[in-house]
Amino acid sequence: MTRRIGIVVLLALLAAGLVAPVVLGAAPGGFYIEVLLGGLMAGVLYSLVALGFVLIYKASGVFNFAQGAMVLFAALSMARMGEVMPIWASLVLTFGIMVVLAVLIERLVLRPLVNQEGVTLLMATLGIAYFLDGFGQTIWGSDIYKLDLGISKEPALILENVFEGGILVSREDVVAAATATVLVTFLALFFRRTAVGRALRAVADDQQAAQSVGVPLNRIWTIVWSVAGVVALVAGMVWGSKLGVQFSISTVALKSLPVVFLGGLTSVTGAIVGGLIIGVGEKMAAVFLGPWMAATFGVAGGGIEDWFAYVLALVFMLFRPEGLFGEVRIDRV
Amino acid sequence: MTGRSTGAPILAVEDISLAFGGLRALAQVSFDVREHEVRAIIGPNGAGKSSMLNVINGVYRPQAGAVTYLGRRRDHMEPYEAARLGIARTFQGLALFKGMTVLENIMTGRALLMRSGMLAQALWLGPGEREEIAHRQRVEQIIDFLEIQAHRRTPVGRLPYGLQKRVDLGRALAMEPKLLLLDEPMAGMNVEEKQDMCRFVLDVNDEYGTTIVLIEHDMSVVMDISDRVVVLDYGLKIADGTPDEVRNDPRVIEAYLGVKH
Repeated sequence: MTRRIGIVVLLALLAAGLVAPVVLGAAPGGFYIEVLLGGLMAGVLYSLVALGFVLIYKASGVFNFAQGAMVLFAALSMARMGEVMPIWASLVLTFGIMVVLAVLIERLVLRPLVNQEGVTLLMATLGIAYFLDGFGQTIWGSDIYKLDLGISKEPALILENVFEGGILVSREDVVAAATATVLVTFLALFFRRTAVGRALRAVADDQQAAQSVGVPLNRIWTIVWSVAGVVALVAGMVWGSKLGVQFSISTVALKSLPVVFLGGLTSVTGAIVGGLIIGVGEKMAAVFLGPWMAATFGVAGGGIEDWFAYVLALVFMLFRPEGLFGEVRIDRV
Repeated sequence: MTGRSTGAPILAVEDISLAFGGLRALAQVSFDVREHEVRAIIGPNGAGKSSMLNVINGVYRPQAGAVTYLGRRRDHMEPYEAARLGIARTFQGLALFKGMTVLENIMTGRALLMRSGMLAQALWLGPGEREEIAHRQRVEQIIDFLEIQAHRRTPVGRLPYGLQKRVDLGRALAMEPKLLLLDEPMAGMNVEEKQDMCRFVLDVNDEYGTTIVLIEHDMSVVMDISDRVVVLDYGLKIADGTPDEVRNDPRVIEAYLGVKH
C-alpha cells in the first residue's frame, strides 16, 4: 500500500514540476512549449533505443547491453555509405547489414549461452557492445560524419498568432517523432495480433510451454534480434541526422537504461512512457531547475541532464522495482 | 473402462535410457500406446514419469532407445516439431502464459494452425479476419467444454489453481492433438476438482477420439479412467497391464502401494 502511495506522490511531484515554471511565471508560454516539445522529441529517441532493450529482454531474458552500440553502428554505416550512394540505397543496405549483424550476434554468441546465468549473458553483451563500438570505427572511421536525410535544417515557426514570437520547431524532430510513432504502432500491432507476435509473448512468459504449443524458439529469437536491429537502425538514423554521427551516440544511447528501468523492462508501453517522462523531465530540469538552484543555493547549476534521468529512475525503483508498467511477478511458493 | 475399442499402437518407446550426469532417470523402459487409449504412467515420486513424458515430446534426448510415433522413428524431435506432429501436453506445475488472458492462452494453441500472412493478421484484413474468427469459434467451443466461460477475459494468474489447470488443458486441446500428454493433471486438487478433471479427460477421449497418456501420482484416479497402466519405480518399468493386473502385481504393491496409500 505504501508503495502505491509512494508512486502516486512521485507522479504528483513530477506533474507539479512540469507546471511549476508556468505557474511561477519563470518562462513565457512560447519558450516553455519549445522546451516541452524539445523534451518530448528527446524522449521519443530514448524510447526507440529502450524499445530495442525491451524486445530482446522480453523474448529471451537477455539484457542486451549492446543495443546502444548497434545504434551507433547503424548510424555509421548509413552515413558512410550515404556518401557514395543515394540515401535511400544506403538505408536499404544498412537495413540488411543490421539484420545480418543482429542475427549473427544471436547465433554466434547468445545461442551457445542459452540457459546460462543472467550475469554471464549480460557480460557477453557487454563484450559485444565494446566490440561493435570499436569495429564500427575500424570499418567506417572515427570522425564525426553527417547523416543527411534531405530534411531542411531550417526550423519551422508555428503558432505565431498564439504566442508572441511564435514557436520554433525543428522539421527533423517532427519527422523523427512521426517515424517513431509509426514504428511503435506497427510493433504494437505486430505483438498483439499476429501469430508470430503471440508466439513471442508466449516465449517471453514460458519458454517450455511455448515450445509445447509448437513455437520454434530459435526462429523466434532470430526474429526478435532482427527487429531489434531494425529498431536500432531507425534510432541511429534519426539520432545521427540530428546530432551528427559520432562515437558519443553509443553513450547517449545508454540514457535509455534509466528509461527501461523506469518504464519496466518487460513493457513496450513502459519504454514509450518512460522515454517521454525522462525526455521531458531532464529538459525541464536543465532549463528551469538548474538556474533556480543556481539562484537559490549559489551552486553552479549545470550538468543536470547528466544525472536527472538516473535519479528519477532510482527513486521510482524504490517504490516499484519492476518499473511503472513492468510485470509484477507473483510466484506461488 | 475395459471393453472399449482401442486401435493400433501410435506411439512406442523401446529401451529408453536417460541419465542426468550420473543420475539415472530412466533405464531401458519400453511400452506402447494404442490409438484412442487412455494410457497411464504411474509411480512414486522420482520414478521417472515426467522424464518419460519429456522424452516423448522431445524436451529430453534419451541416451539410448527409440521413440516411434505414427510409424516413424522420432528420436531427435524438437518440442515444436512434436507439436506440429500432433503431440500436445500439459504441465505438472503451472506453465501458463501469465501475461495473457484465458482466451489468449488458449488461442496460442491455434498458432500453428494459422495460415494467413502477418500483415493481414496485424491489420485484420480479409483473410486474416476470417481466420481469426474461425479459430476464435473453435476456442470458444473449448472454453464452453471446460466450463470456464465466465473467465474468458481474466488474466490467468488471477484464477484459482484448479481453473488454471483447466486452461492448461484447454490450450493443449486447441491444438487438436492426436496424442495428448497430461503431466499430473490432478495434482494438488481437491476431490471435487479431481472428479471434474477426470470427466474432462474421459470426454476428450470419447468425443474427439484423442489418445491420452496420463501421468499420475494418485493411484485411485488412474485406476478408474485408464485402459492400461505402466508402473515405473526408480527409472525401471516394474509392471504394465490393465488396472486390475497392475493393482494385484506384487512388485507394484511392494514398490508403490506398500509404502503409503
